Amino acid sequence: MTRPPGGGVRPHGSDPAKLWRALTYGVPLGFLAVFFVYPLVSILERGLRSDGALTSPLDLLTDPLTREVVWFTVWQALASTVLTIAVAFPAAYVVGRYAFTGRSVVRALITIPFVLPTVVVALAFIAILPDGLERGWAAILIAHAFFNVAVVVRVVGTFWASLDRRVTEAAATLGAGPWQRFREVTLPLLAPSLAAAAAIVFLFSFTSFGIVLILGGPGYSTIEAEIYNQAVRIYDLRAAAVLSLVQLLCVGLAVWVSLRLESRLAVRGQLRAERDVLRRPRTRGEKALVAGSLGALGVFLGLPLAVLVERSLATASGHDFGAYRALAEPTPALLAAPWEAIVNSIVYATAATLIALVVGGLAAFAVAGPGGTRILDGLLMLPLGASAVMLGFGFVIAFDEAPLDFRSAPWIVPVAQALVAIPFVVRIVAPTLRAIDERQREAAAMLGASPGRVRREIDVPIVGRALAVAAGFAFAISLGEFGATVFLARPDRPTLPVAIFRFLGRPGELNAGQAYALAVVLMVVTAVSVLLVERIRLRRGGWL
Amino acid sequence: MALSHKAIVVAVVAALVLSTFACGGGGQKPTEVVLVTHDSFAVSKGVKQAFERETGLKLRILQSGDAGESLTKALLTAGNPQGDVLFGVDNTLLSRALEGDVFDAYESPALGDVDPQYALDPEHRVTPIDHGEVCLNVDKRWFVERGITPPGSIDDLDDPRYRGLLVAQNPATSTPGLAFLLATIARYGEPGWQDYWRRLRDNDVLVVDGWEEAYTVRFSGAAGSRGDRPVVVSYASSPPAEVIFRTPRPKVAPTAVIEDSCFRQIEFAGVLRGARNEAGARELIDFLLSTRFQEDVPLSMFVFPVNREAELPSEFVQHAVVPKAPLELPPEEIDANRDEWVKEWTRIVIR
Repeated sequence: MTRPPGGGVRPHGSDPAKLWRALTYGVPLGFLAVFFVYPLVSILERGLRSDGALTSPLDLLTDPLTREVVWFTVWQALASTVLTIAVAFPAAYVVGRYAFTGRSVVRALITIPFVLPTVVVALAFIAILPDGLERGWAAILIAHAFFNVAVVVRVVGTFWASLDRRVTEAAATLGAGPWQRFREVTLPLLAPSLAAAAAIVFLFSFTSFGIVLILGGPGYSTIEAEIYNQAVRIYDLRAAAVLSLVQLLCVGLAVWVSLRLESRLAVRGQLRAERDVLRRPRTRGEKALVAGSLGALGVFLGLPLAVLVERSLATASGHDFGAYRALAEPTPALLAAPWEAIVNSIVYATAATLIALVVGGLAAFAVAGPGGTRILDGLLMLPLGASAVMLGFGFVIAFDEAPLDFRSAPWIVPVAQALVAIPFVVRIVAPTLRAIDERQREAAAMLGASPGRVRREIDVPIVGRALAVAAGFAFAISLGEFGATVFLARPDRPTLPVAIFRFLGRPGELNAGQAYALAVVLMVVTAVSVLLVERIRLRRGGWL
Repeated sequence: MALSHKAIVVAVVAALVLSTFACGGGGQKPTEVVLVTHDSFAVSKGVKQAFERETGLKLRILQSGDAGESLTKALLTAGNPQGDVLFGVDNTLLSRALEGDVFDAYESPALGDVDPQYALDPEHRVTPIDHGEVCLNVDKRWFVERGITPPGSIDDLDDPRYRGLLVAQNPATSTPGLAFLLATIARYGEPGWQDYWRRLRDNDVLVVDGWEEAYTVRFSGAAGSRGDRPVVVSYASSPPAEVIFRTPRPKVAPTAVIEDSCFRQIEFAGVLRGARNEAGARELIDFLLSTRFQEDVPLSMFVFPVNREAELPSEFVQHAVVPKAPLELPPEEIDANRDEWVKEWTRIVIR
C-alpha cells in the first residue's frame, strides 16, 4: 500500500520532466492494472471457461430477454442523465457564478443524497411519491436525479466558477442578449465539464441496481441486476461473465463518446481563481434567481431526507430519540456499538481519499499535460461502469496466493473505494488543468522558471481549488460506498452504510429506528466532513 | 557504528515482516480461526469471547454479502478458501454447495443433542446449526379494528374478503420470497401452486423486491410503518421481535403467524476444504452446536436452535410459535427446479 504498484516504470536518465511523465502515467496505470483489470479478467476468464474451453456466447446475446434488459438499461440511463442535468443546472449556475452567504454549506448539503444507501432512499421515495408514480420507470428516473444532482453541481459548478466573467461581459458590451451570451459564449465554454458530468451520471444510472429493483417493481431489471441474478441466484457464471462483457462494452462506448465530445468541445479559456469570478447577486432579479434555484432544489432533495429524519424519530407511540440513544449500546447485529461505525467510516474514507488524490491527481496531470492522452482518462472511468458484483468475486480469486494474498487485508477496502473515487478526481482536476492558459506557463518559462517551478507557481494555486473539491467528493464517495465495503467489512469494524444495512434487515421497531438514525448520522457526517475537507486550501507554492 | 545501527533496524523490520507472513503462511500452530458467513450472521460479544477463552483461538468473522454471495465466493475458492468454516448455507442452497465440493466431512460429537430431522447430509459434510421458518404474519390490530376475522390458513388468502391485503416478495430477488413460493409448491403441488398464485394475483397480491420494503414499509403491523397491507411474508420469529424492540414492551405480540404457511429453512455450517486451521474449524463447529451458542441464536439472529438441550429465551417462549409441521421440500428437488419455478411464477404473477 505504501509503494504504488506502478513504481516499476523506470524513467530514463535524470530528466525531471521524463520522471514526472513516467510517474503520472505509471502510477495510475499500475493501480488500475493490479486492482481492476487483473481481478476482472480473472473472473471473466473463469466464467467463460466454465466448461473447460471458451464458449461462444451467441445464444445468450440473441436471447430476447437479454436484449430487453440491455435496451431498458441504456434508455433509463440516458433519460436519467438528461433529467439530472436539467434538475441540477440552475443550481450549478448559481454556485458557479454567485458568491453568497452559505455557499459552501449549500455545496456540502447537496452532496448528502449522493452518499446515502440506495435501499434507505428507495424506501423514503416510496413514502413520498404520490400513488401511481411510486413504482415504475418515472420513480427510477426521479431517484437517479436525486442521487446524482451533486455530480452535476460539483463538476459543472466548480468549472463554471473558474470561467472568466469578462468574456461574457465583453459579449454583452458587443450587444449580445442574455440568451445569446449563454448559447454562444457560456455553453461552449461549459460544454466539456457538462460532458464530463453527464458521463459520470450515465455510468451511475447504467449500473444502478437497488433503485431499479425496488422502485421499478417486479419486471424491471438492469444488466447489473441480471449479472447478480446469474452469478449469485442461479450460479451461472458463464451467463454472468457474458453479461459483464456486454456491460463493459456499453460502458466503453459511453466513455468513448464522452471523451470525443469533451475534446471536440474543449475551448481554452482564461481561468481565474474563484474569488475573482464570483460576485454577489446585485439586482432583485439576480437575488430571486439565486433563492429560487436553490429553494427548488432544496425541496426536491430535502423531502426524502426529511422522511428519513422523521422515521429515525418515529415510534409506535409518537416520536423520541430512543433510536439515537441506542446507538451507544453494543448490539449483536454488529459486534460493536453502532457509533463506532462513524469512526470506522471516517478512517476508511480518509485513507481512500488520500489514495484517490495521489493516483487521480497524477492521472489528471498526465491527461492534461502536453501531449496528454485521453485514453488514460477513459480507462480510469471504466471501474465506475463495471459490475461491482463480478469485481468483488474477481478480488476473491485473483488475490488468493502469495505475494498477492490480499483478499482479507483490511486496506483492500479503501483501495476498492478509491477505485470509484479516482475518476471524480481526474474529472474535476483535469479540465481545470487543461484550461489553464498556456500563455501563463510560457511567460513563466520565458522568465526562467523551471518546469517544476511553473507547476508550483501557476498550476497549483489554480488547481488547488479543484483538488480541494475533488477531495471533498472523494471523501463523500468513500463514506457512502457500499458494494466494495460490504464485501470485506468485518463485523467488529463496520462502516456506516454497512451498519445501516444490517439494522434494516432485522424486524422490530428499534432496529428500523437505528437504521434511519444512522442514515441521519451519515448525512451529518457527510455534510460536515465535505465542508471541512474543502476548507483545506492550498497555499501558494506548496502542497497543503 | 552508524552502519550497525542501520543493520539493527533492517533486521527488526525483516523480522516483523517475516513474522507477519509466518502468521498467515502456517508452519506454526495457527492462532486464529476464520468464520466465513453472510450479512445476517450475528453473535453476542460474550459468547464469542467464551469461544476464544476456551480454545485459545481468536475468532475472526468475515461477512461477505448475502447467503448466495458468500456461497458463490466459497465455490469460487473451493480448495483454497477464504476461511476455515462456512456458516449460512441453507436447504435451498445445500445441493449447490455439496456439488461444488467446498466442504470436508466432519461428524461433530455434539450432533447427539440435535434432532436428526435437521441433519440433511448423511455424510456430514455440513452440520445443521439453526432453523427458521418463513411464515405469513398478520397484523392483529388491523383486523380487530375492522371487525374482520383474520385469515387462519394459507388457503384463505384467495378469499375475496382478503382482497388486496397480502404483500409478498419477488422470489427472483428475495430469500423469503423464494421460501414462500416453495411453501405453496410443497402444499399444493403441481399444478395446484400455479392455480393458487393465479388466484392470489386476481386477489390483488402486492409483490415487492425485498423483505425490507415488504415488512417495514408495506406491512401495517411493523412499528412505525404506515403500510396498508395487514398480511406479509416474514418469519416465525418476527412477532417476538415486535415485542422485544418496542419501548415500552407490549404484553402480547401485535402480530401473529399463520402456522400452516410456514416453510422451513435450516442453516448449515461446514469445515471448508483446504482450511488452514482444520482442527480449529472442528472446534468451531462443536462450539456452534454448544448450548452456549445455541441459546444465543434466537436473540442475536432471530432463528431457532437445533440443539434440543438449548432453552429458548422467555420472549420466544411467550411470543413465538415454533411451527409443528412446517412445509419442506428436498434440497435436490429445490436445486433442480428453482429456476424453472421462478420463471413460471414470473409468467403467472408479473405477466
